[in-house]
Amino acid sequence: MSAMPAAVGEMELPRWAEDMPDAILGVEDGVWIVKPDSLRAVVRHLKESEGYNFLANVAGVDNLLHPKRQDVERFEVVYHLYSTEKGGDYIALKARTGEEDPVLPSLVPIFPTADFQEREIWDLYGIKFTGHPNLRRILLWDGFFGHPMRKDYREAYYEEEHKPFKSRFPEGSYVRQEDRTPWENNLVFPDGFDPDHWNAPEIYYEVGQDFKGLEKLKTDRIVINVGPQHPSTHGVLRMVVGLEGETITGLELELGYLHRNHEKIGERNTYLMNIPFTDRLDYITSMTNNFGYVLAVEKLLPKVTVPERAEYLRVIMAELTRAMNHLFAIGFLLNDMGAFYTPSLYAIEERELILDLFEMASGSRMMCNYMRFGGVAHDVSEEWVKLATELVYNRLPRAIDEMEALLTTNEILLARTKNVGYLAPEDAIAYGASGPVLRGSGVPYDIRKMDPYSIYDRFEFDLVTEEGCDVYARYMMRIREARESVRILKQALRDLPGGPAMGKPLPYMVKVPANEAYTHIEAPKGELGFYIVSDGSPNPYRYHVRAPSFVNLNSMATMAVGHKIADAMIILGSIDIVLGEVDR
Amino acid sequence: MSDYIKQDAGIPQALRRNIFTTAVDAVYNWSRSSSTWPVMFGLACCAIEMVATAAARYDMSRFGMEVMRASPRQSDLMIVAGTVTKKMLPNVVRIYNQMPEPRYVIAMGACATSGGPFKDGYNVVSGIDKYIPVDVYIPGCPPTPESLQHGFMKLHQKMRGQSIKEVPWYRKDDTGEVPIPILGPDVIDPRRIPEMSKAARLAKEAKG
Repeated sequence: MSAMPAAVGEMELPRWAEDMPDAILGVEDGVWIVKPDSLRAVVRHLKESEGYNFLANVAGVDNLLHPKRQDVERFEVVYHLYSTEKGGDYIALKARTGEEDPVLPSLVPIFPTADFQEREIWDLYGIKFTGHPNLRRILLWDGFFGHPMRKDYREAYYEEEHKPFKSRFPEGSYVRQEDRTPWENNLVFPDGFDPDHWNAPEIYYEVGQDFKGLEKLKTDRIVINVGPQHPSTHGVLRMVVGLEGETITGLELELGYLHRNHEKIGERNTYLMNIPFTDRLDYITSMTNNFGYVLAVEKLLPKVTVPERAEYLRVIMAELTRAMNHLFAIGFLLNDMGAFYTPSLYAIEERELILDLFEMASGSRMMCNYMRFGGVAHDVSEEWVKLATELVYNRLPRAIDEMEALLTTNEILLARTKNVGYLAPEDAIAYGASGPVLRGSGVPYDIRKMDPYSIYDRFEFDLVTEEGCDVYARYMMRIREARESVRILKQALRDLPGGPAMGKPLPYMVKVPANEAYTHIEAPKGELGFYIVSDGSPNPYRYHVRAPSFVNLNSMATMAVGHKIADAMIILGSIDIVLGEVDR
Repeated sequence: MSDYIKQDAGIPQALRRNIFTTAVDAVYNWSRSSSTWPVMFGLACCAIEMVATAAARYDMSRFGMEVMRASPRQSDLMIVAGTVTKKMLPNVVRIYNQMPEPRYVIAMGACATSGGPFKDGYNVVSGIDKYIPVDVYIPGCPPTPESLQHGFMKLHQKMRGQSIKEVPWYRKDDTGEVPIPILGPDVIDPRRIPEMSKAARLAKEAKG
């Protein structure tokens, strides 16, 4: 746990690194520090020889203010690798680079999934990646001033490094933030900025690849722009699509229209304050976000025991969320296909009933803010259990049957979804896809089975996969997974024990020992991970969210190129994204 | 409708059963407020509650508002449902400009009203009313469908109180266009460019 990396001679090399002893510089909080020059070799070795073929998370860290890392280089990038075959825990690597011109080798040639994540690090930390094919800003716009996740970047409304701010707590007098800033607004300009002598940078979208069969078309190549205000982009996503006739020649995503600084705000907050913010990540499935976050913090806290009843309640809430999300996703997938509103109205009907249960348990329909470190915020009543049992035993299975009777063998649905949006299993893994997208490509990787968390090892359920690799397979995945959720729910409601729903309450400003960890759960959309670095203070030093929708979008271009423009909408719908999570 | 009908306006007794008279304002406002079509345009979490409001349980069509148009050219109402980020801001303003008059804006939820829980963020606009005029603010994070409906009713109330003689959109001098913000090093409001250039010039002179 020492901050100084141990010299190679003093530490025991991991078994996988025996062939390259020079590459490993040390170990810190369970993370191997790798020499930047050897990073690609180490990662390639882990992928090809050790089976660590799933790069789950790439996150940047700025060490500027970390009390124990004052004598190391300023920036570092952390990589978390999993194995989809063996399951189990991760191998974490980090590479460091200095303050002047921070550069690291890009991992895109080995893991294409690093594409968006490295672009995000360049955007927010200003670390360059050599060999990255398209290193542009991703969440902010080209021309933005500064790299905002750096610890020395200060927002226009900056008050203090950490919450709770003195101006608000306990008897401070709060001043409107607008009254403190020079332009009465949330604006930061470089010194002496003159709008008359400023030109917008030009952006070039690479959307015109040639591929086989295209030469027959004899059409002009055009670029069209879909979104950010578009009925089928599920929010504010923008796609720049290159077209030849109606065939897509290239597709580039422009993200960040809902980038609301979740991580920067999260690093100012205390640990507890972040729970309601996680609700707003994937705002359809707020319960699973809570779940992932409290598990991540509990992993770092030394002595937290969660009562049995709370464990069951957490699983019940998470699985209700999953069933609801999958029905909702199918409804909106059909919306994109032109079945305007009927399937989604069916889905929303069930969703409302589940939201009623959430409101009854937590007090809020959508933003539940339900889970706490060491339990859940409120216990549920006898009546709640009765209503939930009624819903799970009698209503939800029938609703899924009904949905399937309406859609599964529907001729139009089959014609539109079969063989559209093909994603080969090896590509799915390489692009870091997870959740129904990965399992829809036939890869049996479900974190509930492969790296069990909470009490999922007690329930009997199947790891569902589909071999189709297309949009239809992803649709079927959701139907079948919703059924498995109902199966888990039946067992959990049957076995729900009595007792307290919250252990010994932790203090409001809970201090987490200095350490770091990455925790992932199987959220309805895929692998939701939280990477937390703690420096021993009541605020997280680094708080990173590995959002499934964001990483799943990496494979969007591969799936869409070669199809018709109308299919791009369906492919996007089949990934099931939520922009709150994509842009954070 | 019967509230708006005036029974005795000098109509001969024989025609009373077939003709009624009313004020232009009453009919104009009644028809406008009973068919307010929103733009199909959601920004964040609040959009999901907007969808729930449109769906069967809460049913926006009771207000004649179920026709959500994907094109701003066909709509009367913009529900700013969610956090407006700086990157999205030029698009929101552009959509507003593309809507034909009479147009209304509802700021739904804390974020659209003031920036909400994300106000501190470097990419978040502190309320859409800094750039476009807002008619109704709805508090909540997110507001429940019931509060959204309450907001609709408040908006209809406002519409019914307007008079065709005074509304701005028939005046010649009022275009209602809002200049579209520019994404520079940060958001540049074109209305403030002269002010900003002056400040930059003064700072340069002070440096010598």
